[in-house]
Amino acid sequence: MGISFTSINQTKLSTSEVYCETLCELAEQNPRIVALTADLGKSSKIGEFMKKFPDRFYQFGIAEQNMYGVAAGMAKAGLIPFTSSFAIFTSCRALDQVHTDICYQKANVKMISSHAGTSFGQAGSTHHATEDIAIMRSMANLIVIVPADGIETANVVRAAVEYEGPVYIRINRGFDQLVYRELDYGYEIGKAVQLTEGTDVTIIACGSGVFQSVQAAAELDAIGIKARVLNMHTIKPIDKDAILKACHDTRRILTVEDHTVIGGLGGAVAEVIAESGMSCAFRRLGLQDCFSPIGYHEDLMAIHGIDTNGIVKAVHDLLQLDFEDDDDWEDEV
Amino acid sequence: MPLTKEELLFIEAKAHEHRRTIVETTIWAGSGHIGGALSMIDVTTLLYSRFMCIDPENDKWEDRDRFILSKGHAGIGFVAILADIGYIDRKELETFNLTGSKFGIHLDSNRVPGVDASTGSLGHGLSIALGTALAAQQLGKEYRTFCLLGDGECQEGSVWEAAMAIAHFNPPNLVTLVDRNHAQIDGMTEDVMPLEPFADKWCAFGFHTVTVDGHDFEAMNDAISEALDRRDIPTCIILDTCKGKGIGFCEGKYEWHYGGITQEMAKEAMRDLEAYYESRLAAIEKKGVE
Repeated sequence: MGISFTSINQTKLSTSEVYCETLCELAEQNPRIVALTADLGKSSKIGEFMKKFPDRFYQFGIAEQNMYGVAAGMAKAGLIPFTSSFAIFTSCRALDQVHTDICYQKANVKMISSHAGTSFGQAGSTHHATEDIAIMRSMANLIVIVPADGIETANVVRAAVEYEGPVYIRINRGFDQLVYRELDYGYEIGKAVQLTEGTDVTIIACGSGVFQSVQAAAELDAIGIKARVLNMHTIKPIDKDAILKACHDTRRILTVEDHTVIGGLGGAVAEVIAESGMSCAFRRLGLQDCFSPIGYHEDLMAIHGIDTNGIVKAVHDLLQLDFEDDDDWEDEV
Repeated sequence: MPLTKEELLFIEAKAHEHRRTIVETTIWAGSGHIGGALSMIDVTTLLYSRFMCIDPENDKWEDRDRFILSKGHAGIGFVAILADIGYIDRKELETFNLTGSKFGIHLDSNRVPGVDASTGSLGHGLSIALGTALAAQQLGKEYRTFCLLGDGECQEGSVWEAAMAIAHFNPPNLVTLVDRNHAQIDGMTEDVMPLEPFADKWCAFGFHTVTVDGHDFEAMNDAISEALDRRDIPTCIILDTCKGKGIGFCEGKYEWHYGGITQEMAKEAMRDLEAYYESRLAAIEKKGVE
């Protein structure tokens, strides 16, 4: 299926609007696509779909549990429902329906979950979603994706339609800073994208952490530190090969996510490294087992040390860490 | 169409057979949700005898009618029907609840042919049924969706989210039924968390609500037929039933929501079921159905 996005669209459209535009293009080609929301059509920018496809748009009011149950029923009967809600409501409020009706039944539902992490910073922790990756990652049958920006969101939405099964797509409120300029960079579910070359350290990031990591890598490069940045957009199934290669090549790994450090991207990467038998210097950036204060997203990222400065500082710390300096991995495995 | 005497006798015989199967399966399984299975088996038997348009040879048939057992714990009753109509081998019922079995208490729609939704967590089925019915409308299909809820389940808020949405969308060919057996795990519904005025609640949510004797096939047949014909507002049929219907020591007792039975108890249960069946047949004769 084709979609026709460029970075020009992305500068004009928020990530949610990019999602909606993409979904409209795909819906033109696939009559089985329907869109559902629970009084967050305006907030999740799905209004354009409603205008273009009024008969394929379903408004459920403030009743998320019902919406996810309905989506499961629709999917079992052959439709491809895209639900739009906030990440906190998908992962907490309606989790029983997501778990049982959607994941257990392998219902072909695509859960677009916006206002992720601390991106709706001013709203406070009732509307931050800083546990959702850990929660959703534990659901069997579920693919968990955190796109880095609008362009990647467009690619993810297309890939989600082509994939048969439930998908959780976590996007931010508002505009994301551009990581990609064009669609055609070889997006594939489950395959991390390497954005910078580097042998001193690997920064593995997702979502809004990706842009910050690229910025940090540029700053580090200016002082001679070569950081590899991996955009780990798919949290599940995670790209083990990319992690193990990074571990092998750079032996220092830093993870960056707008999410608690417990059980999210950092947790997933740690599991892969620990089970590999390799040793490396390792740190997880994210919320350190706390609820976030309120504030603007960029300020909150600084507070939680997941902005460029925080990442640069963490890399310096990581480079000071002592660990067994042995070039022969084979004897450790 | 009203039931003919022949049809009525056929359905009575089927329901009797299913009640016996529930007792047998409970023994094989070690225990089971016998009370709620016996209260809902009459309406389920009627649906599968007279209304459900399905093809047991092709359980994925897109145009089939759907049955969503929202009170998923009554799966031990549902499998009696699935085995009877050929979705599963009756011999497989002997594995119910056993390690490695295709089925246990709550049926898995991806593993048990003929099961349209994996239910068990209560308050989910009506939403799934709405999605199924909306999909029919969206895809231009004529299939019907029947959803059977438990009454205790209606204490879940999500049921009323679904009810509100059904009244709003009012998709054709969706029938909501509630097995009002008045009992739940911890006691009688009105003691645990009162549901009354139950019918008024459904009415207030925008449903045409009818209450019928959930063990009277003719009354249920009329109510379901009427619900399928009615298009202006959705219908909720409240089935006034008795938990554990047909077995003396179970009837009306919330303690029999879930339990095990010994071989001795099973003998007594089977005797009760025979007597119950005889009394049903005698009533038909006495009433003189055409």
